[in-house]
Amino acid sequence: MSLVEAIRLERHYALGHGRVLRALDGVDVAIGKGETLGLVGESGSGKSTLGRTLVGLQQPTMGNVRFDGIDPMTADRATAQLLRRRRQFVFQDPSGALNPRMTLGATLTEHLRVQGWDRSATRARVPEVLEQAGLGAAFAGRYPHEISGGQRQRAVIARAISTDPDFIVADEPVSALDVSTRAQIINLLRRLQSLRGLTMLFISHDLSVIAHSCRRVAVMYLGRIVEIAPREALFKEPLHPYTAALLSAIPLPDPPRERRRRRIILSGETPDPTDAPQGCRFHPRCPIATEMCRRVDPQISMLAPDHGVACHHPGKIAARAEPATG
Amino acid sequence: MASLLDVRNLSVSFGRNPAVDGVSFTLAERETLGLVGESGCGKSTTALALMRLTHHARIEGEARFGERDLMRLDDGAMRRVRGSEIAMIFQDPGTALHPLIRVGEQVADVMRAQLGISAAEARARALELFRKVGIAAPEQRLRAYPHELSGGMCQRVMIAAAIACSPRLLLADEPTTALDVTVQAQILELIREVSSEAGMSVILITHDLGVVAGMTDRVAVMYAGRIVETAATDRLFAQPMHPYSRGLLGAVPKLDGGWDEELTTIPGTVQGAALQGGCRFAPRCPLAGDMCRRDPPLEEIAEGHFVACWKAR
Repeated sequence: MSLVEAIRLERHYALGHGRVLRALDGVDVAIGKGETLGLVGESGSGKSTLGRTLVGLQQPTMGNVRFDGIDPMTADRATAQLLRRRRQFVFQDPSGALNPRMTLGATLTEHLRVQGWDRSATRARVPEVLEQAGLGAAFAGRYPHEISGGQRQRAVIARAISTDPDFIVADEPVSALDVSTRAQIINLLRRLQSLRGLTMLFISHDLSVIAHSCRRVAVMYLGRIVEIAPREALFKEPLHPYTAALLSAIPLPDPPRERRRRRIILSGETPDPTDAPQGCRFHPRCPIATEMCRRVDPQISMLAPDHGVACHHPGKIAARAEPATG
Repeated sequence: MASLLDVRNLSVSFGRNPAVDGVSFTLAERETLGLVGESGCGKSTTALALMRLTHHARIEGEARFGERDLMRLDDGAMRRVRGSEIAMIFQDPGTALHPLIRVGEQVADVMRAQLGISAAEARARALELFRKVGIAAPEQRLRAYPHELSGGMCQRVMIAAAIACSPRLLLADEPTTALDVTVQAQILELIREVSSEAGMSVILITHDLGVVAGMTDRVAVMYAGRIVETAATDRLFAQPMHPYSRGLLGAVPKLDGGWDEELTTIPGTVQGAALQGGCRFAPRCPLAGDMCRRDPPLEEIAEGHFVACWKAR
């Protein structure tokens, strides 16, 4: 049973002069109750837009979001408010996401009050969530500048879980953090997820972070999901050439293996999203593109019950390069 | 191997706070050294001090580069070293390039200033360099402004400018941190190519242990302004001896398994570490004992493997 669903979701931005950026260009995805779905992709792939649209920070241009069977766009006010409580967002940059002139306690209180919690329940809740986020109740009196980056991210997480949501989108929650702090936050999110049975969309450009946080992974490229599969399948036998290249591009902290590895070096960079290529949008950078790829836009198809891929030649490239795992 | 650079007891302080505190290392000809550590550990400051680009900083110690001590060169001599003998590339190529000057001109300017060649010749060489660093349609790109190019393309321009005068030492400060992973792979490949072709030595500053693993011959791990461990890259990854190096390696999420286990973490934060006496890592260290109140010297525990830890010997 899926809790969150995107159905043919599109989100366009008008840039003026008739140019339109299609940040989401037909995304279908369903996230099951209690599941953490990982979402990877490079800058401009639309992963943040998908996350923001799923929690209602942005409206879709076309298509629908369904949350627990309800379409938030057509829900009445009371239901909409309830849905806001149940869907929360963890931002990438914890410094920018906290008001510098408010103590953590004041930030949490404001958030809870806006979400309709009464005064006494709020007062009891603030120290509780600070504790759960690994900060301790004493942090309620601190200002963001008085604490470290890792602690700020814990505060942002505390705010997100304070309304006891069912669904959290974590948008690059550890990208701004150092290695040692990053590990703490990954562990915290994982603990909270399993403890509370949270459903989560975990957005990251870093596949190794995704591997440690999610059991199922979706790969985005230029506004589309190009591959979606359980992490074991995706990492060991990627079917889309972009996934294979992404995996092979990640530097491994293992010197002998790094020297042996043959990489799939893609040419060029992600094309301008306002002018996506005809046919398969990956074909200009794809080492195995054929005439068909230049003409026909591949739709996602299920090659195994849980493994979808949008490619005319799935699996052809993985055989050529050493996979990143194994 | 002859050493190209010999840094001894380098300290850099801004006001009362030391950002780099008594750092010593050598760099051989053709060697690539990785400087790793978390934000604030002093790795970028070390590189900027070598280039004498720190503002309002008090610098002590020496950095012998061939016959000269970089820290004691007068400004004119230092200006001639920058670009022609030591070049640097930065994390954010978008801001490191001048926004209002065409990128081809910026590369040509370096050569005109350092090599004293004519504008026409500098332009011709810039075109050649653009080809070499893999910029598509180089004739048109010469005339582009930085904002018209992608991050990866800007970094290629930076690299073209850096290698324009065939320097002997390249300082690369997080050169791929701002780039996407597929572009990072391209740029790392390019740095590897140009440095080995020209026989350049490289100091690669990064927080990414994966990048270090593939790119460097030797690694120095920094913590709170000091080098706490240095060894050949293979050895450091196989047998890290300093508890901080171990913690750092353990905290990296792996791509190939152990996915459901908790990641090892280093408790606490680095804040305030530079101000305390004795071993700076002691407050976060699982092994810390009484002796750690004294400052551990960087000592050789095996050939080429230096560690600053009382417990690791």
